[in-house]
Amino acid sequence: MKMLTGILTPTSGSVRVVGRDPSRQRTRLARDIGVVFGQRTTLWWDLPLRDSLSLTRHLYRVPADVHAERLAELTELLELEPFLDTPVRQLSLGQRMRGDLTAALLHAPPLLVLDEPTIGLDVVSKSTIREFLLRINRERGTTILITTHDLGDVERLCDRVIVIDKGRLAFDGGLPELRATVPTPRVLVVDLAAPAPAIEVEGAVTVRVDGPRQWLELADNPARVISRVTAGHEVADLTLREPDIEGVVSALYRGAAPNESRV
Amino acid sequence: MRVHAAVYARGLRRHSTYRAALVAGALTNAVFGAINAMVLLAVFAARPEINGYDASDAVTQVFVGQALIAVTMIVNTAPSLDLAERVRGGEVATDLLRPVSLLGWWMAEDLGRATFTFLFRGVPTFCVGLLLFDVVLPGSPVQVVAVLLSAVLATVIGFALRYLCSLSGFWLLDSRGLWTASGLVAPVAAGMLLPLALFPPALADVLRYLPWASMVQIPAEILLGKDSLPGGGAFGGLALQAGWAVALLVFAAWLTGRATRRVVIQGG
Repeated sequence: MKMLTGILTPTSGSVRVVGRDPSRQRTRLARDIGVVFGQRTTLWWDLPLRDSLSLTRHLYRVPADVHAERLAELTELLELEPFLDTPVRQLSLGQRMRGDLTAALLHAPPLLVLDEPTIGLDVVSKSTIREFLLRINRERGTTILITTHDLGDVERLCDRVIVIDKGRLAFDGGLPELRATVPTPRVLVVDLAAPAPAIEVEGAVTVRVDGPRQWLELADNPARVISRVTAGHEVADLTLREPDIEGVVSALYRGAAPNESRV
Repeated sequence: MRVHAAVYARGLRRHSTYRAALVAGALTNAVFGAINAMVLLAVFAARPEINGYDASDAVTQVFVGQALIAVTMIVNTAPSLDLAERVRGGEVATDLLRPVSLLGWWMAEDLGRATFTFLFRGVPTFCVGLLLFDVVLPGSPVQVVAVLLSAVLATVIGFALRYLCSLSGFWLLDSRGLWTASGLVAPVAAGMLLPLALFPPALADVLRYLPWASMVQIPAEILLGKDSLPGGGAFGGLALQAGWAVALLVFAAWLTGRATRRVVIQGG
């Protein structure tokens, strides 16, 4: 992330970001991108949020009326109004993050770089931020590059996923392809009318029994397995569980010792 | 330039949020100045003139030093520029993401801070000196301008030295040792602890040409109209200060380039 934004110079290899060499043209590149580091803030600690946001107008030379218009829009989308005049040091983490996102977007960059934007946030703030990111991606066409350890972010937001394991590319593709790379079987959860011994049917293996509930790992078409199960047992309920992305990614890392993993 | 003006204004406003610290600071400076002045008065009671300085010159220099202490921040043994802590903690990463130079950004912010501190801490401290002691005031409008210009140059030099200390963190990872060393050397070399006139003349002549003297000794001599200034007058003193300000800023700009190319951002 730091190489992509020009803060670090690569020891070997090359990087291009929106057509520029980041380490050589760092300050020029800074005009074309917006960056948020989840664990750091670009806002002025002692001053009201509004002051930090109005500074970006001078920083990126945005005309006053355009700036006002964008600020109004972002204020509404991210619900900043209640704390615009609060000093940044008194903001909660979720409020500060929304402030940082606003500061990164007021110059309308074509690329938004987010380094763990949802780290440490509560569920409501996380979902506000995810919804917001989806919206600016759709409506403004802003490209969003995001690193996260939160796989919820990935499932909700990402079209393209890159998994890096110990500095090496472990996967690059869409979410469905990522699911397909690791054969984590789908699981059929069967609630029987009464407790029974483990179900034995063709195309599935019963992996767990807990009273009337049984878990079957599917090796065959689910429809066929379901019809076989219902033919032989009285079934109260059925659920089919897709492998979650967390399981897929951890399977991808398994074998190699788990290490700093970025998605 | 517009952005630097905006950063300057924010630096000013930011420091205006700590009013209690300001009053406490001014009080400390005034009390220290009074103690320092009384010690020097005792010295001058024994000898009315030392190397061209009399009692009134000495107490004036004490209060010039106390008035500029929080502006140039040369006596601080702890990091006195936020940049230092940001290099140590890694927050400097976000500074590098702005489309302006690191040096210009921090200088604008620090000059904002210094302006506020000068007006609301330095000037009151100096006024206490005027009330309690035989402190000298500039004699003519030209001298007022020369003294103010000298104070501005002292501020820029103070900033440049602290900026360089902060940058050292890119190599040392933790610059606090350097800050401590500099905080101990600077008050002596600047003529803050004692006027350089009280030093052996050979040592005083060397110290007078080093950057620290440009933060207290030279401004004091310009206020006092001393002919011990380089070139014998205020113009020479201002030229020396300007020379240091430019040299240190050029060095700071060069070092910034080096630092950001081999940067180690700490803390992930």
